[in-house]
Amino acid sequence: MENFDFSSVFAAFDQLMIGAGLTLRLTVQAVILGMVVAIVGAWAKTSGPNWSKSVVNVYVEVIRNTPFLLQLYFFFFGLPALGLRLTPNQAALLTMVINLGAYATEIVRAGIEAIPHGQIEAGKALGFRPLQIFRLIVLPPALRIIYQPLAGQFTMVLLGSSVVSAISANELTSVANSIQAANFKTFETYLVVTFIYLIMVLVFRALFNLIYTRSFGSHTQTNRVPGL
Amino acid sequence: MIRELNVNDFIYMLSAARWTLLLSVLAIVGGGVVGVGILAARLSRLRFVRLIAFGYIQFLQATPLLMQLFLVFFGGTLIGIRFDPWTAALIAFSLHASAFVGDIWYGSVEAVPRAQWEGAYSVALSRPKTFRLVIAPQALRIAIPPTVGFLVQLIKGTSLASIIGFVELVRAGQFINNSTLKPLFVYGFVACVFFVICWPLSKWSQALEARLAKGYAR
Repeated sequence: MENFDFSSVFAAFDQLMIGAGLTLRLTVQAVILGMVVAIVGAWAKTSGPNWSKSVVNVYVEVIRNTPFLLQLYFFFFGLPALGLRLTPNQAALLTMVINLGAYATEIVRAGIEAIPHGQIEAGKALGFRPLQIFRLIVLPPALRIIYQPLAGQFTMVLLGSSVVSAISANELTSVANSIQAANFKTFETYLVVTFIYLIMVLVFRALFNLIYTRSFGSHTQTNRVPGL
Repeated sequence: MIRELNVNDFIYMLSAARWTLLLSVLAIVGGGVVGVGILAARLSRLRFVRLIAFGYIQFLQATPLLMQLFLVFFGGTLIGIRFDPWTAALIAFSLHASAFVGDIWYGSVEAVPRAQWEGAYSVALSRPKTFRLVIAPQALRIAIPPTVGFLVQLIKGTSLASIIGFVELVRAGQFINNSTLKPLFVYGFVACVFFVICWPLSKWSQALEARLAKGYAR
């Protein structure tokens, strides 16, 4: 215990902050691109032609039932065999987008399917145009339904991004790997990095909750266990 | 030295699946045991016990699994123990699982209508008896589908143990790929093995959930 020493970790704090910035950038990029995949996927699954439904189904099931790390290796080591060479950063972003896309497709689909069909018909009966029906009738309740699961999924993207250090993509965990290789304070380095992740996730969550209460009002109170 | 991919390589990878499975089973059992403790702490009448359990869950749910694995693996030396990858992985995944199942089970207890507690109290059942005879059986039904769903996450998560040198499916795949340089085949095959393990569990979890929803709609 006496050689518990953080000074060399804090000496490298600038590098850690840069690493945290890279992690955030990677996460934001993956979230934006992943949502594009998800919206296309959800559209294909709910209103696309039959063949596209099966394709999206296979994509979603395969991605959700295999490990992220394996998907990363598959794209990083496998695609060059097909003649497509990716840098670690590109492979990391590609894998994160494809992974999030599968999970988010299911979330968005569930949101769209949760809107009762009668409401859409009522909109038609009132003479709303298709775009108006989508914007005024389908979108607000669907967004409300998918918001929390999506926010949770985005947090998982941030947490999962540490895995891309396995192919030495540039982000917080790989920065930590090189710092601990230089200062030999392995545990201390990873402990500090763990807390940086913790802070990022807590800020993320607070932000998502703030946006939720601003847009949809406060959370509904669940029924509580008596005596607590 | 690059050699051709042969049948023995596939047998080697298939047999490595037993370490993935064994680690997953031990971690979910270990996590379940600790998780019961977490649930009890979350339901404690003492505010600070509840707060500690809440903090524990928050910490493990808001930090990367890979970091948790590293902290256990490299943290042993601080107390004078050098964990081998097996022990470190087992401890880390059990703790990780305990936070998630503890949270899932607490949510399931909370989902049992409050009137069930009040009804049990009004027929003079004590708090422990209320929990055991009235609440737990109902919460169990609610808890099973998400617990199975989490098991799938855990099985996939055990692949991270390959990073600290634990030989399971992904690590076995890396070995074979290093000597054959057939990444598409090797990782594709490993993906198939994971899929065969995880997909039925996912479907089962979804079916249980659908049945539960139907029961409540009645």
